[in-house]
Amino acid sequence: MGSAAIELKNITKTFGTIVANKDVNLTVNRGEILSILGENGSGKTTLMNMISGIYFPDHGSIYIDGQEVVIRSPKDAFQYKIGMIHQHFKLVDVFSAAENIVLGLQEKEGFNLKHSAERIRKISLQYGFDIDPMKKIYEMSISEKQTVEIIKVLYRGADILILDEPTAVLTPQETQKLFTVLRRMRDDGKAIIIITHKLHEVLALSDRVTVLRKGEYVGTVNTKETNESQLTEMMVGKKVSLNIERSECENQVQRLEVKHLDCINREGVKVLNDICFNLSSGEILGVAGIAGSGQRELLEAIAGLQHLNGGEILYNNPATNQIDNLRGRTPLQIREMGVRLSFVPEDRLGMGLVANMDIVDNMMLRSYRKGKSFFLERKAPKNLAEQIIEQLEVVTPDAHTPVRRLSGGNVQKVLVGREIAAAPTVLMVAYPVRGLDINSSYLIYNLLNEQKKKGVAVIFVGEDLDVLMELCDRIMVIGSGRITGTVDARTTTKEEIGLLMTKSDRGEDNE
Amino acid sequence: MSKKETTVREPYFHIVKRTSIPWWKAWTIRILAVVAALVVSGLITVLLTGEDPFKVYGTMIGGSFGTPRRIWGMAQNLAMLLCVSLAVTPAFKMKFWNIGAEGQVLIGALATTACMIKLGDSLPTPVLFAVMIVSSIICAGIWAMIPAYCRAKWNTNETLFTLMMNYIAIQLVSYFSYEWSVPKGSGQIGVINSASQAGWMPAILGKPYLANILIVAVLTVLMYIYLNYSKQGYEIQIVGESENTARYIGLNIKKVIIRTMLLSGALCGIAGLLLVSGTDHTLTRNLAGGRGFTAIMVAWLAKFNPFYMILTSFLIVFLQKGATEISTIFALNNSFSDIITGIIIFFIIGSEFFVNYSIKFRENAKEDAK
Amino acid sequence: MITAFIQRAVVQGIPLLFGSTGEILTEKSGNLNLGIPGIMYVGGISGVIGAFLYEQSLTSPAEINTLLAVLIPTLSCIAGSLLAGLIYSFLTITLRANQNVTGLALTTFGVGFGNFFGGSLIKLSGSDMPSIALTATSNCFRKTLPFADNLGWFGEIFLSYSFLAYTAIIIALVSSYVLNHTRVGLQLRAVGESPTTADAAGINVGAYKYIATCIGSVIAGLGGLYYVMDYACGVWSNDGFGDRGWLAIALVIFAVWKPSVSILGSILFGGLFIIHNYIPNLTVAAQELFKMLPYVVTIAVLLIVSMRKRRESQPPESLGQSYFREDR
Repeated sequence: MGSAAIELKNITKTFGTIVANKDVNLTVNRGEILSILGENGSGKTTLMNMISGIYFPDHGSIYIDGQEVVIRSPKDAFQYKIGMIHQHFKLVDVFSAAENIVLGLQEKEGFNLKHSAERIRKISLQYGFDIDPMKKIYEMSISEKQTVEIIKVLYRGADILILDEPTAVLTPQETQKLFTVLRRMRDDGKAIIIITHKLHEVLALSDRVTVLRKGEYVGTVNTKETNESQLTEMMVGKKVSLNIERSECENQVQRLEVKHLDCINREGVKVLNDICFNLSSGEILGVAGIAGSGQRELLEAIAGLQHLNGGEILYNNPATNQIDNLRGRTPLQIREMGVRLSFVPEDRLGMGLVANMDIVDNMMLRSYRKGKSFFLERKAPKNLAEQIIEQLEVVTPDAHTPVRRLSGGNVQKVLVGREIAAAPTVLMVAYPVRGLDINSSYLIYNLLNEQKKKGVAVIFVGEDLDVLMELCDRIMVIGSGRITGTVDARTTTKEEIGLLMTKSDRGEDNE
Repeated sequence: MSKKETTVREPYFHIVKRTSIPWWKAWTIRILAVVAALVVSGLITVLLTGEDPFKVYGTMIGGSFGTPRRIWGMAQNLAMLLCVSLAVTPAFKMKFWNIGAEGQVLIGALATTACMIKLGDSLPTPVLFAVMIVSSIICAGIWAMIPAYCRAKWNTNETLFTLMMNYIAIQLVSYFSYEWSVPKGSGQIGVINSASQAGWMPAILGKPYLANILIVAVLTVLMYIYLNYSKQGYEIQIVGESENTARYIGLNIKKVIIRTMLLSGALCGIAGLLLVSGTDHTLTRNLAGGRGFTAIMVAWLAKFNPFYMILTSFLIVFLQKGATEISTIFALNNSFSDIITGIIIFFIIGSEFFVNYSIKFRENAKEDAK
Repeated sequence: MITAFIQRAVVQGIPLLFGSTGEILTEKSGNLNLGIPGIMYVGGISGVIGAFLYEQSLTSPAEINTLLAVLIPTLSCIAGSLLAGLIYSFLTITLRANQNVTGLALTTFGVGFGNFFGGSLIKLSGSDMPSIALTATSNCFRKTLPFADNLGWFGEIFLSYSFLAYTAIIIALVSSYVLNHTRVGLQLRAVGESPTTADAAGINVGAYKYIATCIGSVIAGLGGLYYVMDYACGVWSNDGFGDRGWLAIALVIFAVWKPSVSILGSILFGGLFIIHNYIPNLTVAAQELFKMLPYVVTIAVLLIVSMRKRRESQPPESLGQSYFREDR
C-alpha cells in the first residue's frame, strides 16, 4: 500500500438545521480506489464537495500527504492536485473536446489547440481512453462527455480523482470500459475516490469501501474481506420504527395495468425497459430505487407527459367499467376521457405549481378549463384554497400569497391538497416528503392513507426505505429502468430491498 | 442543490436575490429613480441652456399642460403610446420578445389607408369602418403571426425576426406612399379624403381626438380583464412563467404562442387604424414614430399591468412633450426629448435591480450557507 | 458600371461591417446589444464634435494638420461610443437589467444624442458657421492610396477606399482570428455559450462581458465616424445615418456570427441597399421595394438556420440572458 494521499478527520458540515456530514473520517492512499457507499442523502456528495473546495467544512481537518491543508475554493483544490468529476457535466456544447479541456487554463507554452490535442491523445493512450479531441460535445454520447470531464481533470495534472456516481448514466459496457481506465490510473499511482450506491460495482472495482448513512460515518472495510449483505446492512442500517398507520386493503379492483413500457430518452438511453405491473384500488404501491432509475419517466409516462417507444397503459374506468389505453394521449386528452388521475411531481415549483402565482390561481391550474365561459371562475378555487389552508394547516398570510414565498412543506401541502381535491381514482406522488419536517411528513402520510381507504389507487415513489415499508402495501423496486422485484411491504426486510435496488444492471442487458 | 463558492478573498459584499419586498419599499425605490432621473435631466438642461432649473421644469410642465390644446395633444399621444403598449403586453407576459410592434402598427395603418383610399367613396360610413377595422386587424394579426409560427415550429429567434419585419413593413409603406402619392410621384400620400372625410374617426363633442382616447381607455380595461380574468390570459401567464407546468397540465404551448401573437398583432393593427383614421389622416413611413419600441419600455416598466401603463406612458409622453417645449423655447434641437427619455428609462430599469436584489455586506456574510 | 456598383456597394457596406463586427463581439459574450444603432450615432456625432472643435480652433482651414485632424475625431468617437457601451454594460451586467429594454433605450438615447448635437452644435458653440460641414477634416479622412487611380478597374474596386474602410476589414479579420484561434476568444465564446461552465472553469464572466461589449461598442461607433467623415463628406444631417444600425444587426445574423463572413456580407448588403439605383427603368415605388431586400435575405437566413438546426450556426446559447451565479 502507498502512503495516505488524503485524510479527513472528524469532518462536520451543516446546512441550517440539517446535518449533512457528522464526524466523518476517511483515508485514501495512492494507488488505491476507495468507494464511498451510501443511499441518497447520506452525505456522500457534500463530503466530496468539501474536498474539491465547493463547500467549506464547519469542523474537522483535511490532510494531504500528511500535511494539514485548507481548501477554500476549487482553485485551492486544484493546487493540491485534486480533481472532481461531477454528476452534471460542465461542458460547452458547441466546443470540441480539446477546447473544453483547455478552457480556463493559462498554459505557459501559449494557446495551441493542436498541441493540446496531442497532449490529450497522449493521456488517452496512457489510460486507454477512446476519444477524438476535435469532436464536438454535442455529437458525443454521455460516456464520451464523461471521458472529456475525466481528461479535463487529468490534463490539469490531478492525482487525486473524485468521481460522483460516474456509472449512473452509463451502459454496462461503458461501465466496464470506465473501470478498466480507473484501474490503470490506480496502477499509475493515483488516488481515486468513487461515489456510488451500486454494490456489485463496489465489489468489482474498489480496494476499500467507506460507508456513510444519513450523514454519519459507519465504517470502512477492505473489499476483499466483505460481501454484499454486510455492505447492505451497513448502508441501510437497522430498521427504524416510524409508527405510520397502515390499514388493510379492501375491495380491491384492478385499476391500472401497465404492460411492457419502453422509453428511450433524448440521449438515446433506455430509461424504461419492459415495465409491467398492476395497480389496484385501495392500495399503496411503493416504488423504490436509486434516484434516476426511471421513476420520473414512469410517472410521467402514465400522466401522458412522456413519449413512449412501446407498451400499453390500460385504465379500468370505474364510471364506465371500460378499459382505456392511455398511451399516446396528452394530459388533456386523458382528463377528457374521464380518467381521474392526479400527479404530484418531484419538481413542485417548476412543474406542479407556478411559483409566481398565488395559492388561488394555483388551485385552478388543472381545472380552469371547466365550463364554456371565456372567463375564469375563481370562486371555487378560492374556497378550495381556503379549505386546504385550514385543513392542512398551511402557514401563509392569506390565499393570495404567491406560492414561491411559502416554505417547502407548505408548498407541498398546497400541491398535494389540490391533487387530492380532484377526487382521483389514481394518485401518483413522487418524493412527497422530500425536504419536509416531521409533522408535515406525517400529515402527507395520513392524507395518502385516507385516499387509500377511499379506494384510490396510489403510487408512492419514495427514497426512505423505512417509510416505504411502513406506508405501502407492496413495494416495486426498479433499477436502471427495469423492475428488479416486487415485494410485500409487510414482510420484506430492508436488506432485501437494498439488494434489489443495487442489483439492477448486473450482466446480460445489452440494449 | 444550490452550489455556492466560498472564495479565498471573501468579497466585501455579495448580492442576494430578494424573495419578497414590501410594495411600499419597491415603489419608494422606483419613485426615487424617477426623481433622480428628473434631477439629472434638469441638470443637463441647465448646463445646455444656462437657465434657472425651476424655470426649466416650469417650461416642461407648461409644454404639456399649458393650453387646452396641449392637454388634448398630450392625451392623444398618451392614448396612442398606451394602445401600442397594451398590444405588446400579452406577448411579453408570455416571454415572447416581440420587438416588431412598429411594423405591425404600420401594416394595420397600411390596411386602413388602403380601405380609405380605395373604398372611401364607394361605401357607406358604417360599412367602411367595419371593413377598415376587420382588414387592419387581420393584416397586422397575420403579420405578427408569421414570426410566432416560426418560433413555435422551428424555435426561430423571435427578437431578431420581428425586428427585421419592422423594416419590411416600413419599405412596404414607402412603396405604397409612391403608388398612392398625391400629386403623383411626390412620395407623399397627403391627407386622405380631405374633402369627404370618409373613414375619418368622427369628432365626439367637437373634440377630434376624443374617440381615440375613449377607444384606448376601453381597450385598457378590456386588456386588464383579459389578462387577469380570462382563461386565455391565465394560459399566457402559465406559459410565460413555466413551460414545464404548461406541459404538466396539458397546455398546447404552440397554440398559445400563436394565438397570443395574433392578438398582439391585431391590437397593433387597431393602433395603426387609430393613427390613420383618428389623428394623422395620412400614412407615412414614420407614422408609428418609434412607439413600437417605446411601448416595450412602457409595458416593461409597468410590469405588464395595463393600469400602471397609463402612468408609465404618461411619464414618457410628458417628458417628451416637456423636452420638446424646452427645445423650442431655447431654440435647441427637438431630439432633446429622446435624450431625456433615454435617461429616465436608464434610471428606472437600473432601479429594478434594487427591487429584485439586495446587497449584503461582509459583517454577516459568515453564516449563510445554502 | 459594374465596377462603380461594386465600389459603391463596398462604401455602403463599410459602416455595416463596423457595426456588425462590434455586435458580433458583443453577442459572443451573450449580450444582445440592441443599442448598436444608437451607439453608431453617438460614435458619429462624437467624432463630429471633436472635429468641429478642432476646426474651430484653427484660424484658416489651410493650416489643418492631417494627423491631428484624423486623430482628434477618432479619439473622441472612441470615447463617446465607449461611454455608451459602458452605460449598456453597467445596466445589463452589473445591474442585470433586461438587455432588450436597455438596448432599445440606448438606441433612443443615442439617436437623440446624435441628432441633438448635430442640430445644436453650432448654436451651443456660438459659432457663425451656417451648418456643420467639416470638409477639411473629411478630406483628411478621405485620403486614398495615390496610385489607385492609375490601375483601372482593379484600382477602383480594391484600392480606392480611405484608411477607415481598410481598418474595418482588418478589424473584422482580427476579430475573426481572435475568436477562433486564441485563448481569449475561446473563453469569450464560452462566456456567451454557457456562463456557468465558464465560471466553473475560473473565467471572470463579468469582466469578459464588460470588455467584449465595450470593445464592440467602440468598433460600432467607428462605423458612425466612417459614415459622417467619409461617406457623407463631413456633413452631418439629422437622421442621415438612417436605419443602418439595424441593418448591421441583421448582418450579424446573415453572417451567422462570423466576422469573416460579415466582410462579404457587408458588401452584399451594401449592394442590396443601392441596387435599385443600378436597375434600369425602375419606378420610384419599386425602388422602395428593393430596399427591403437586405431584411428579407436576413429573415431567410434566420429561418434556414433555425430549420437546419446546425449547432455551429445558432446564436450563442445564453444570448440575451444576464448571468447571476447564485441563480443555480
